[in-house]
Amino acid sequence: MDMPVKKPKLGIKERYAFLTRDLGWEPTYQPKDKIYPYTRYEGIKIHDWDKWEDPFRLTMDAYWKYQAEKERKFYAIIDAHAQNNGHLNITDARYLTALKLFLQAISPGEYAAHKGFARIGREFEGVGTQVACQMQSLDEIRHAQTQIHAISNYNKYYNGFHAFAQQRDRIWYTSVPRSFFDDAMSGGPFEFITAIGFAFEYVLTNLLFVPFMSGAAYNGDMATVTFGFSAQSDEARHMTLGLECIKFMLEQDPDNLPIVQKWLDKWFWRGLRILTLVGAMMDYMLPKRVMSWKEAWQIYGVENGGALFRDLARYGVRVPKGWDIANESADHVSHQLMLGLYQWSFGTSFHAWIPSDEDMDWLSAKYPDTFDRYYRPRWDHIRKLAEAGTPYQNVGLAQLCNVCQLPAVFTEPGDPTRHSHRQTEHEGEIYHFCSDGCRDIFLDEPEKYVQSWLPMPQLFNAPNFGDVGKWMEWVGLVPGQDNGDYQGSQDQADFEAWKHQASAT
Amino acid sequence: MSTVFIAFQANEDTRPIIEAIMADNPHAEVEDQPAMVKVSAPDKLTINKATVEEVIGREFDLQEMHINLITLSGHVDEDDEYFTLSWNS
Amino acid sequence: MAVHAIGNYHFAPRDHAGIYGDHQIVYFCWDRHLLFAAPFILFVPGEMSLGEFLEERIKPMLAPDPDAGVLEWAEARWSNGPVAFTPDFNASLTANGIGHKGKIIMSTPGLNSLIPDS
Repeated sequence: MDMPVKKPKLGIKERYAFLTRDLGWEPTYQPKDKIYPYTRYEGIKIHDWDKWEDPFRLTMDAYWKYQAEKERKFYAIIDAHAQNNGHLNITDARYLTALKLFLQAISPGEYAAHKGFARIGREFEGVGTQVACQMQSLDEIRHAQTQIHAISNYNKYYNGFHAFAQQRDRIWYTSVPRSFFDDAMSGGPFEFITAIGFAFEYVLTNLLFVPFMSGAAYNGDMATVTFGFSAQSDEARHMTLGLECIKFMLEQDPDNLPIVQKWLDKWFWRGLRILTLVGAMMDYMLPKRVMSWKEAWQIYGVENGGALFRDLARYGVRVPKGWDIANESADHVSHQLMLGLYQWSFGTSFHAWIPSDEDMDWLSAKYPDTFDRYYRPRWDHIRKLAEAGTPYQNVGLAQLCNVCQLPAVFTEPGDPTRHSHRQTEHEGEIYHFCSDGCRDIFLDEPEKYVQSWLPMPQLFNAPNFGDVGKWMEWVGLVPGQDNGDYQGSQDQADFEAWKHQASAT
Repeated sequence: MSTVFIAFQANEDTRPIIEAIMADNPHAEVEDQPAMVKVSAPDKLTINKATVEEVIGREFDLQEMHINLITLSGHVDEDDEYFTLSWNS
Repeated sequence: MAVHAIGNYHFAPRDHAGIYGDHQIVYFCWDRHLLFAAPFILFVPGEMSLGEFLEERIKPMLAPDPDAGVLEWAEARWSNGPVAFTPDFNASLTANGIGHKGKIIMSTPGLNSLIPDS
């Protein structure tokens, strides 16, 4: 039997042209720079918006069709997970610390990205860019929603999840990703797309996504794995948008190179700092570990990043400033942060715990140059204090870096035995930083960062005036339930009781 | 030389796509990971619609791969008949 | 103005001295004592004496460190951020040059039980 004759139809390039490019008309009753007032002030020069190449020629009709199919598949699995007590399949409830961190720190960032892309989808002049940004804006709100839905079933049974939206604005460690997105969103459209579309969604995305999604897969969290797969093809489109915008800016005018390079330096560094949270998660929060932060950095940072920057070298782009320090720091940052999260766990909406002997042997093996020498002694001492009935809590609270807003746990490059102290004075006030990378960002745009709302100094301001109990209520943290050590927690007791009920013996 | 790659969810929908890629790209290598299949190649990798259709036994729209795509590396060139990833360096 | 902006871009700092009245933020770090994951942040009256600050506020926070028992304030070395200073324990923080958001770094060379020498 012959194959049916195909009716002639529009090719992908033609269809794309009709449904996007042809919708962008030349205005006749308002000048272009009035309709698009923000595309010049950053100093980026664009001569021909039509040169923006659309890598995925996705038209709206195809977009709806495939996104709807992904949604149907996603929610079928989420329903089944909830209906079948899927939460009992996790390795153990310590894993939920990673998930709580994700919901509090990452999901609000998806929502911020949605707002940011909606904004630049309006502010950019080229139709191809506008459509791609608008699609990404829809993708990002879908990611926020699907993450919240995937994780919501755990909220029915475990603590620490319930106040994520309030904690996004008020608690301390969430100000790290919040300030990251606020910084990008208060920049112009070209900086935003370089920061989020390229630096975050291309250079660094695999360092966020793969660890959390693999961590979910290894620890039996089907809901989050399902979210990950549902989002990943969107991410592929996001990556190509980011890469395309970099190429476009660099090809439009050589004067754009120093501006783009400056943004790459800044946003690589800010992204690196956020990823400290991921490092601590990979090395310490997963009962069944995927790989070490150091290994992930080698594969997704050094190797993949290396290939990318070799490709971009033809435009005059160099590897971001701070690349070498990033490589050195991969041996240290996860330990430095986790020691902090443990000692401040009275103030976190997730549990921490002292690593077991098996955990520490794994860490020794993965970090042969650094763990036993610098970090095991501290964990051993912390364990001694816990065994003596005086578990270590650091009520000294933490100095935060004025730019990345992480607690200043980082050490001097080349000397892991001393904290890295950097400060500057601006208009009569002192500002502190964790590194040269962060200080340079401040020095370049001090008017932005003097506005940083740092959770620790602000604790002593209205409305809490230093009262930690009041602060806990204000951030939605229920003491004795959401915070503190996993050992002895309600999550631990409940999970173990329910697992016992679910098994035959 | 830089490596391009494309990764899909491992399921029955993507199996013929992987087969088509391997048939058309002699230097490509497949890596099976939990729930994921990753295909890598030096410098360039092409998915041809015609090859997928031969394997799958029905008409195929290359954009269907959006449902199962996980990630990719390389510059994208998309057409009705083919989908190519490449690095120019 | 270093920021590229669409208009005038100048705002009051979020944690400037005026917000806190007669109190101030002070940071404290014991060099090479990384059991304390980051320098401490404290909120104290600027007129508090340095000695009282150290005895009443800092000493209890340092207690979990194995070196805390042999720590002598007078034997330590002191700096205010990057600048060395000679402390007067009877004088106020401000008289010692420690203003709002100042950082005291105390160093005790040779005393670092949990941290290797380098």
